[in-house]
Amino acid sequence: MLEIKGLAASIAGKPILRGIDLVVPSGEVHAIMGPNGSGKSTLSYVLAGREDYEVTAGTATFEGADLLAMAPEERAAAGVFLAFQAPIELPGVGNANFLRTALNAVRRARGESELDAVQFLKLARAEAKRLAMPEDMLKRNVNVGFSGGEKKRNEVLQMALLRPRLAILDETDSGLDIDALKIVADGVNALRRPEFSALVITHHQRLLDHLVPDRVHVLAGGRIVCSGGPELAHELEARGYAAITAEAA
Amino acid sequence: MAAVTETLETVQGLAQSGYKFGFETAIEMDLAPKGLNEDTIRLISARKGEPEWLLDWRLAAFAAWRKMEEPHWARVWHAPIDYQDIHYYAAPKAKPGPKSLDEVDPELLAMYEKLGIPLKERAILAGVEGGASNVAVDAVFDSVSVATTFRATLAKAGVIFCPISEAVREHPDLVRKYLGTVVPVADNFFAALNSAVFTDGSFVYIPPGVRCPMELSTYFRINARNTGQFERTLIIADAGSHVSYLEGCTAPQRDENQLHAAVVELVAFDDAQIKYSTVQNWYPGDANGRGGIYNFVTKRGACRGARSKISWTQVETGSAITWKYPSCVLEGDESVGEFYSVAVTNNRQQADTGTKMIHLGRNTRSTIVSKGISAGRSDNTYRGLVRIGSRAAGARNHTQCDSLLIGEHCGAHTVPYIESRNPHAKVEHEATTSKIAEDQLFYCRSRGLTEEDAVGLIVNGFCKDVLKELPMEFAVEAQKLLAVSLEGSVG
Repeated sequence: MLEIKGLAASIAGKPILRGIDLVVPSGEVHAIMGPNGSGKSTLSYVLAGREDYEVTAGTATFEGADLLAMAPEERAAAGVFLAFQAPIELPGVGNANFLRTALNAVRRARGESELDAVQFLKLARAEAKRLAMPEDMLKRNVNVGFSGGEKKRNEVLQMALLRPRLAILDETDSGLDIDALKIVADGVNALRRPEFSALVITHHQRLLDHLVPDRVHVLAGGRIVCSGGPELAHELEARGYAAITAEAA
Repeated sequence: MAAVTETLETVQGLAQSGYKFGFETAIEMDLAPKGLNEDTIRLISARKGEPEWLLDWRLAAFAAWRKMEEPHWARVWHAPIDYQDIHYYAAPKAKPGPKSLDEVDPELLAMYEKLGIPLKERAILAGVEGGASNVAVDAVFDSVSVATTFRATLAKAGVIFCPISEAVREHPDLVRKYLGTVVPVADNFFAALNSAVFTDGSFVYIPPGVRCPMELSTYFRINARNTGQFERTLIIADAGSHVSYLEGCTAPQRDENQLHAAVVELVAFDDAQIKYSTVQNWYPGDANGRGGIYNFVTKRGACRGARSKISWTQVETGSAITWKYPSCVLEGDESVGEFYSVAVTNNRQQADTGTKMIHLGRNTRSTIVSKGISAGRSDNTYRGLVRIGSRAAGARNHTQCDSLLIGEHCGAHTVPYIESRNPHAKVEHEATTSKIAEDQLFYCRSRGLTEEDAVGLIVNGFCKDVLKELPMEFAVEAQKLLAVSLEGSVG
C-alpha cells in the first residue's frame, strides 16, 4: 500500500525529515508516536502534498504509484486522506456544499457518478448521525466557530464520506474528551477492511486502546528510531520517549 | 430553466428576424460617420424620428458636455479617449440567423460552456426552437432594440416595457416627465455625453399597485467595431408597485477598446420597490490588458415616495475599466436604499466602483455590502459616499466593505466618504481585507478539489452575502462566472 524509502524533507531550507523508512501494508493500522518537533506533522503534510515542504531525498509510493509526483488533489482521488491536526476554516463556505464538492470531485476522478444534492444529504446525514454530530454542523460554514472537538469530528466525517484507502490522522485525538475519542476511533474502525490502511499520529496511548494498531513506530529527530507491536505504545506511556529513544540510539 | 437560458432563447428568436450572433464582420452595419458634433446628434435624432423637445434636450446636453472635462479622480488609468474617433450611431441591417453552431463565435460558445449552459441550450443559439419562458427580454443590440417580447402578458398587467425610442413615440408624456430627472443632463461628463448621443435602451413603467408578473431583463451585446455604446434606461415604479429588472452582458472578444457610457435612471413612488440586478461580463482585455471594454456608467435611483425601496445588486467581473457607482437618493420618509456588489478584477483590469446613498428624508435607511476581489496585477477600489441631509432625522446606514486579495501583485483600496448634517443619524462602516491563504487552498486540494475549484469555492463563500440577493437563476450563473473570471489567478 504505502512504501516510504529514505524520505528527507525540509521547510524553508531547514531539514525536518532525515531519512524515513516505513512500509504500511494493506489492511494495517500503524501508529506514529514521538516527541514534539520530531517531524510527525511534516511527514503527514509531505504525504498529502503540501507544497511548502521540499522533498530533498527518498521516495514514497502508494499502491505502486509515485506519490510525490502527484498533486494534492490527485492523491485525494487516489485514496489518500489527511485528517488535519488543526482543520482550516473556510468562511462563507457551507459545510454540506464543501463536503459534496469534495466528494463529487473525488468520485469524478475515480470514474464514479456524481451525487445530487438529495443523495448526498441522505448519505451525509447518516454519517453525521453515526459520529454523533448535530445536524446543523452540515449547515454551518466549514470549521468556522466549531469547537476543537467539532473540528476533529468534521474531519472524521469527511473521511467517512470520501472513503480513502489510506487515512493519515494527525493528532486527531488531541483536544477530544473520552466520549469523543471513542466516536473518532469507532469512525476509523468502521473503515477497517483489507484494502484500507491508516497512519495514526498520536501522543497518547488512550486512542490506541480504541484503535488498536498493528505496528507502532517512534519518530525522533526526523527518523524512525524504533518500531514494535501495540505493546510499544504502552511502554512509551510508562517510560517516556527519552528512555526509549536513548535505548534505540 | 435559468433566466440566462431563456434570455438566450429569446434573443435567438429575435436573431432569426434581425440579428445574427457572433462575429462582428458577419453583420452589416448602418454606420454614422465618426465624430461628434451637432450634426451627429441631429442625425441620431432624425433616424429615430424623435420629437423636437428631445432633440433640444440632446443639444443642451451636448452644449454642457463640451464645457466639461473627462473626470480623472477615479483610481484608473487609460490612454486618452478620442471622442471624435467613435461612431455614434450604428444599426444592424436585417440578415438571416445562424444555420448551425459552426456559425457562432467559438469564444462565445467556450464561455457558455464554462458557464455550464447545457448543449441543448447552446444549440438554441443556432436556432433550435425553445420552450415557454417567464422572462421578458428587451434585446438591445448595437444601439437598436431589435424587438421586444412578452408584451402581451405585461400589457395585461398594465406594465409598459419597451425600447426607450419606442416609448418616446408611444408614451411621450411619461418619458418627458421623468427623463433626466434623476441624472440631469450635466450631471457628469459621461452622463452628459450619453444624454447627447444615446441611441437606445429600455423603458419600464409599472402602474400603481401592480406587482410586475415577470422578471424583466435586458440583454446587451456590443458588437460593432469602434461603436460607442450609449444606452439609456428609465424605470418608473408608481405607488405600491414592484419590479425586478435583470441586466446581463456578454461580449465577443475583440482587440480595440470600446467605450460604454450608459445611464440608468430609476424612480420609485410611495411604497414602490425596484430591484435592479446586473451581471456584467464584458471582455476585460487580454492578460496584458490589451483591448477590453471601458465601462463608464451612471446609475442612480430616486426613492421619491415614502417607504419606497431601491435595491442595486451587481456582479462585475468584466471590462478593462469599470467606473460605476449605482446610487440611491432617499427623498421619501422611511425610504430604503440597498447596494450589494461583487467586483472581481484579474490580470490588468481596473475597477473603481461603489455607491452613493443620499439620505434626505426622515428615518431613511441604507445598506451597503461591497465585496472586492483582486487577482493578477489588477486594481480594485471601493469608493462610496454616505450623505445624511439636515432633515434626515433617524437616518441609518450600515456599510460592510470587504476585500479579498489573490496573489502578490494586485491592489485593493477603500475610499469611503461620510458626511452627516444631522446629529440624530447613525452611520456605520466596517471594512476588512484578507488573502486566500495557502493553507485554505491546500485543505481544499487535499479533499480532491483542483486549485481553481478551491478558489471558486472560497470566493463564492466570500461573496455569499451579495450573491444571495440575486434572483436565483442569476445567482447560479454568477457563481460560475466568478470561478471562470479567476481562472489562472493562482499558482
